[in-house]
Amino acid sequence: MELVCPAGTPAALRTAVKAGAHTIYCGFADETNARNFPGLNFSRKELGEAIVFAHAHGSKVLVAINTFPRAGGEDIWHRAISDAGSLGADAVILADLGLLAYTAEHHPELRRHLSVQAAAANPDAINFYAEAFDVRRVVLPRVLTVAEIKAINAEIDVETEVFVFGGLCVMAEGRCSLSSYATGRSPNMNGVCSPASHVSYSEEEGDLVARLGGYTIHRTEKERSAPYPTLCKGCFTSREQTGHVFEDPTSLDATRLIPDLAKAGVTALKIEGRQRSRAYVEKVVRAFRGAVEAEAQGRPMPEGLLATLSEGQAVTTGAYAKVWR
Amino acid sequence: MTEDLPEIPQTVQVAMRPLPLRPVSILLSRLARRVAARHPDLFERMGEYGGARFALDMTDQPFVLLLDLGHGDPSIKAMRRARVGAVDATIRGPVSGFLGMMHGTLDGDALFFSRDLAVEGDTSSVLALRNAIDDAELDLAEEIGIGSTSVKLLRQAFGVVERATGLPLNRHQMTMEPYS
Repeated sequence: MELVCPAGTPAALRTAVKAGAHTIYCGFADETNARNFPGLNFSRKELGEAIVFAHAHGSKVLVAINTFPRAGGEDIWHRAISDAGSLGADAVILADLGLLAYTAEHHPELRRHLSVQAAAANPDAINFYAEAFDVRRVVLPRVLTVAEIKAINAEIDVETEVFVFGGLCVMAEGRCSLSSYATGRSPNMNGVCSPASHVSYSEEEGDLVARLGGYTIHRTEKERSAPYPTLCKGCFTSREQTGHVFEDPTSLDATRLIPDLAKAGVTALKIEGRQRSRAYVEKVVRAFRGAVEAEAQGRPMPEGLLATLSEGQAVTTGAYAKVWR
Repeated sequence: MTEDLPEIPQTVQVAMRPLPLRPVSILLSRLARRVAARHPDLFERMGEYGGARFALDMTDQPFVLLLDLGHGDPSIKAMRRARVGAVDATIRGPVSGFLGMMHGTLDGDALFFSRDLAVEGDTSSVLALRNAIDDAELDLAEEIGIGSTSVKLLRQAFGVVERATGLPLNRHQMTMEPYS
């Protein structure tokens, strides 16, 4: 199976290549990608050099241009596609219908992958994208069981890529407005979920208090693990109950399901974390490359190596095994 | 929940207390300017936060380091905790956490999850700094040393201290095995 790994900086990309990534995905330093965080991402020059480095070591580079363009601002997204192609990217990862149409018409030679931001979770949707825009691979949303993925693969003729590790978004990706509601900035259009500019932390009575856009979203006691400041993982009181109303602060780790995902016809395994450091990239990529090699040789899956790198310092198999709330 | 991060021994912390802050500040500012000269990309990556001021509150040493990025002309001032004034953000954690992030052995988010690292103030500027430093692949020996011989000697000396204390004093070296 192909291992698709994150890189938020050129150093992280080189690290991923050295750690055994078959493929690396990254984005330009602007609103065209869904990890538009301060200090992150690639200039044109950096991306060109990174692609040369990756190709020299036998790895591929995918460029995520997976936000939805602003009306009147399409040029920024069109330029990103054109530059990704001319710099030698192996594919672009897109979500917006208009951008898919533009790319299919103006850059037909540039391989197109459908981003998880398109939230295509059934054969009808996927086949539409394949037929209309010659999409060659779809990144499946993190809401499907392994059995559902197998059923989808039986009815489509494009490759599927699934997340196996990292931050866990269980919303309808590309449609979620929780962060937009609290901050006025959209993950889907501005590329920032819970933008750091709207996050504040303070120590209050020994607790770590996190606020997003002025809303208190969790108070964490001194000895407990701190979560990301996202609304979907906030701890709220609803009627008499206080808890994580939408989602527990935990990360995906589907290592043990890799053999099942292979049998379900999945082509590529994706690691989340373009916002993470090269230390994270090295440890996670090495661990998963080991797991992919083990799967290919029929050996058992290694387990439990990466919990300290995970949000909440706890992991889940998410929707894949349907034992999770 | 905290990781088992090594801390500066108590005796060393006590011995550091009488250190005169002005010479420490001069030496650290020279180091910061040298880093800026050797890594101009680091400041490009900081973007709009290139003039940000950070209080680096290393909890196992007796003073706080005030890092002023100065739009490419940085300075570092050592200050007593009670005297730190207005800054854009404060980053608090043990020396080993800061060194580990700088040298690519520790992940900033994981340190935050485990509560080994705390942030107050402008979170954006902290994120920019963390990402810019991670990309710069700094190495203390290379930043301090002049000429390959002194870098080599420093790296060896740091290696000895690293093995004795667990402090990550050298940049993490990656190999491409076993999958290259």
